[in-house]
Amino acid sequence: MSHSTSMTEANAPVLRVRDLRVYYETPKGDVLAVDGVDLDLFEGEALGLVGESGCGKSTAAMGILQLVNPPGRIVGGSVELGGRDLLKLSEEEVRQIRWTRLALIPQGAMNSLNPTMRVASQIEDVIVAHEGAQRKEALRLRILELLRRVGLPERVYDLYPHELSGGMKQRVCIAMAIALNPRVIIADESTSALDVVVQRVVAQTIQRVRHDLGMAMIMIGHDMGLMAQMVDRIAVMYAGKVVEVAPVRALFATPRHPYAQLLIDSVPTLRERKPLRSSEGITHDPRNPPPGCIFQLRCPHVMDVCRSAAPQLKRVGPGQWAACHLYAEPAEEGGRHE
Amino acid sequence: MGSTLDTSGLATPRAASLPRRMGRFNRWDTPWLNPKLLAGVALLLVILLSGLLGRFFWDTDLAFSGKAPLNLPPVGFVNTRGQAGTWEHPLGTENSGRDMLALMIVGAPNSFLVGVVAAGVGMTVGVILGFSAGFIGGRVDDVIRLLSDVTVTIPSLMVLIVIQSLMRQVDLTTMALLIAVFAWPTPTRLIRAQVLSMRASGYVHMARLSGASTWAIMFREILPNLTPYIFASFIGNATGAILAAVGLETLGLGPQRVPTLGGTIYFAINAAALLRNMWWWWGLPTLMLALIFIGLLLINLGFDEIANPRLRRSSQ
Amino acid sequence: MGRYSIGFIAQRLGIFLLTIWIAASVIWLIPRLAPGDPISAMIMRMSSSGGRVENADKIIAGWKERFGLNDPLPVQYVRYMGNLLRFDFGYSLAHFPTPVADIIGLALPWTLGLLLVAVTLAFFIGNFLGAIMVWGKTPGLIRAVIPMFMIFTSIPSILAAIFLIYVFAFLLEWFPLAGSYPLGMKVELSWRFISAVIWHATLPALSVVLVNFGYWTLGMRGMMITVEGEDYIQLARAKGLKPFYVLYRYLVRNAILPQITAFAITLGSLVSGQVLVEYIFGYQGMGNIIFAAITSQDFPVIQGASFMLIVITALAVLIMDLTYPLIDPRISYERN
Repeated sequence: MSHSTSMTEANAPVLRVRDLRVYYETPKGDVLAVDGVDLDLFEGEALGLVGESGCGKSTAAMGILQLVNPPGRIVGGSVELGGRDLLKLSEEEVRQIRWTRLALIPQGAMNSLNPTMRVASQIEDVIVAHEGAQRKEALRLRILELLRRVGLPERVYDLYPHELSGGMKQRVCIAMAIALNPRVIIADESTSALDVVVQRVVAQTIQRVRHDLGMAMIMIGHDMGLMAQMVDRIAVMYAGKVVEVAPVRALFATPRHPYAQLLIDSVPTLRERKPLRSSEGITHDPRNPPPGCIFQLRCPHVMDVCRSAAPQLKRVGPGQWAACHLYAEPAEEGGRHE
Repeated sequence: MGSTLDTSGLATPRAASLPRRMGRFNRWDTPWLNPKLLAGVALLLVILLSGLLGRFFWDTDLAFSGKAPLNLPPVGFVNTRGQAGTWEHPLGTENSGRDMLALMIVGAPNSFLVGVVAAGVGMTVGVILGFSAGFIGGRVDDVIRLLSDVTVTIPSLMVLIVIQSLMRQVDLTTMALLIAVFAWPTPTRLIRAQVLSMRASGYVHMARLSGASTWAIMFREILPNLTPYIFASFIGNATGAILAAVGLETLGLGPQRVPTLGGTIYFAINAAALLRNMWWWWGLPTLMLALIFIGLLLINLGFDEIANPRLRRSSQ
Repeated sequence: MGRYSIGFIAQRLGIFLLTIWIAASVIWLIPRLAPGDPISAMIMRMSSSGGRVENADKIIAGWKERFGLNDPLPVQYVRYMGNLLRFDFGYSLAHFPTPVADIIGLALPWTLGLLLVAVTLAFFIGNFLGAIMVWGKTPGLIRAVIPMFMIFTSIPSILAAIFLIYVFAFLLEWFPLAGSYPLGMKVELSWRFISAVIWHATLPALSVVLVNFGYWTLGMRGMMITVEGEDYIQLARAKGLKPFYVLYRYLVRNAILPQITAFAITLGSLVSGQVLVEYIFGYQGMGNIIFAAITSQDFPVIQGASFMLIVITALAVLIMDLTYPLIDPRISYERN
């Protein structure tokens, strides 16, 4: 909303994801949860990652964080953070980068805190792990300052997670995420488990913190209305692929990909928020996608070429990219997604 | 797979070379064909069948005292008095002339009998109480939960020792029933927890909305879903029951008129078979019981893996 | 912690008393449901086993009076419970007129000592192995070897005891065949005596540990796998904490809680198992006096010793119940 939607693409992105693939092994073959995702996150911007449940948006986030649990595995691609490919680093190197440069506000804060540790210790251990042991009193003041920043009272310091409400837990997670002032934060459905009023408060907290500290953020969610108010650009995912990337206003005004159009149609107005609803869900077997475009089975504009050739992301407007055969290849920008 | 059909050449060629695992379409690919479960069932079946069929090939009267020469070793061994084992008593005899092979043939199925009866009774009571607690709730639930929480902590062997030492001759079934007095709390707790979690899930609610009676919901909707838990808990109970029976028998409190594996160990220990190096006397029933318990453990582990797929994966 | 409420402690105490009451009532009731009265059953057993008991008539008469067989059942029941509550188990028949309490007093410390050491060892070894079986950094070889020891889990401790005696005491002669310390050795606080006690207790303790640790390993493995799937473990990894710290502060710390609850529940069968081991090893604890009492039809000793073990188990469970809120912050001191 307040940030410029026309982040110049000439800037080098802080986070650059190319052809990320995460597959889940099942007895009947691999599920292609994330199948060649490209994303750029620029300094200080908020990028929304939306799509219906099961489209692979959370898996993509876990792939970026190198936290894919078996039976899932990262099959290929690159995740460059500040010019270093996380996939090529050793486990210890990744560990040191985590949280100092790349933090997570997890999905469902209900269960994201260790039930047997006090709030303070859970924030403290991340500081000590990356900065080494420090004076107790200095740590305490720092943690209290973090709590204050996310609008939590001092008494939370000594409480256990079960003594907090859902919204308070979520704010503890936000305080934790900003503890080391990372350049990138991934917020994975961080408001979806909360009721509407609390959701708004938490969303405001995230916005305020982002303004104060200026980190870049990937926000994952399926609430298009909430997204519209919080992010600068939106990437739409369908069946493991990014089908459209666009500035918020452009996406809502002129969605280009047929799936993005379907998504926007399901949001009545910008002001009225309502969860994403789509009538069908992903229709093909995720283990065995059809050749060509992944959206062909549901697409109202399906053509012959869609059944044989997979469309690449193409520039369809200022800062707007869509992967669809409906749009002709523009000559001047073709090199971006080789 | 998809890219082989491409004719346009526009699709990314990378997709074809990626390490992607395709499905194995095997109709035997069901979790119930768990190797541990099958091995356990097979082991128990072999023991049970050799006990049941053995009666037709071997004179089980030899399992009683005075029917055979004393203290003979198994075939191929020599006892401390220099006697060699004979084919007339291939597994040897003990010091009152019982034939070890006959003891095994009679004893092993007896252990099964105790296990099945005690676990069956305990299971039935457990399912009824667990259902009542989970479904009726309220005061009934409080009482049943309290009783099962309390009973489960009582060292049942101690109670059984006192009872059996007070009672006149116990037979196998009586012993099994006495053991069953302590076999209900575990299934009760398990079934109660499952009923509660199923009640909270959608389909029971749906059945209720559609006007089904409580009993119909219990027997048509919930019970079939509990079958794996009931079966697993039956195996756990049978293990516990055989364990208790062996304990009582080994202390000399088991049935005196029927040969049992634990009773054989009792006589062996009382006659200092260890010091006389009559290893077959205590060793054969010990081995037989060990095999039974290993079979039960394998079945239990197999069930665990079927019920909790995450265990299966990490065991690979 | 001054936050324990009276209600919480009262409730736990109530459960403790209820456990003992139920056990005592079952012991009293079931033999009376059987045909014939317990005393004639005892007489039958005694005569059939040759009755090595002296003064049999006197004792039976004493019993009849003691059990008040002519009184109405409720009166018998109240008298019985009253005796138990005062730990008045009467006199031993085989060692008349030694009070049963004296016999138990001599055996109990041995049982408690062995139980404490063996059960604690089994719990810690078992949980440790279960934890490292799941931990990603454990070498594959160790993870492959641990399940092989699991075979002992299925075998009752009494069978393991027989096997261990045969191999390590009879064949190899590394350990004594029986007893808690050498006959005739002075009981004193000297290194010589203590080392003899440890040497004698090794095989009995090993029988208990070998057959029990696998139970904890399996349980811990299952709990670790469950906890590993929790969101807070994912977040702990995302936080870039050191793997070992995540293991003990996040994984084990949470996975161990249900294991401690399970410990309280299985204590009863652990006690039963150990009593049988003591009997096989001739270890001079409760198992041995119970077996001796069974052999000599010494019913007061059987009842007294068994009842004491029930009380001690219930007491241990009570102590664990009262300390559990200190370990799991989610259990409040006020609520049930």
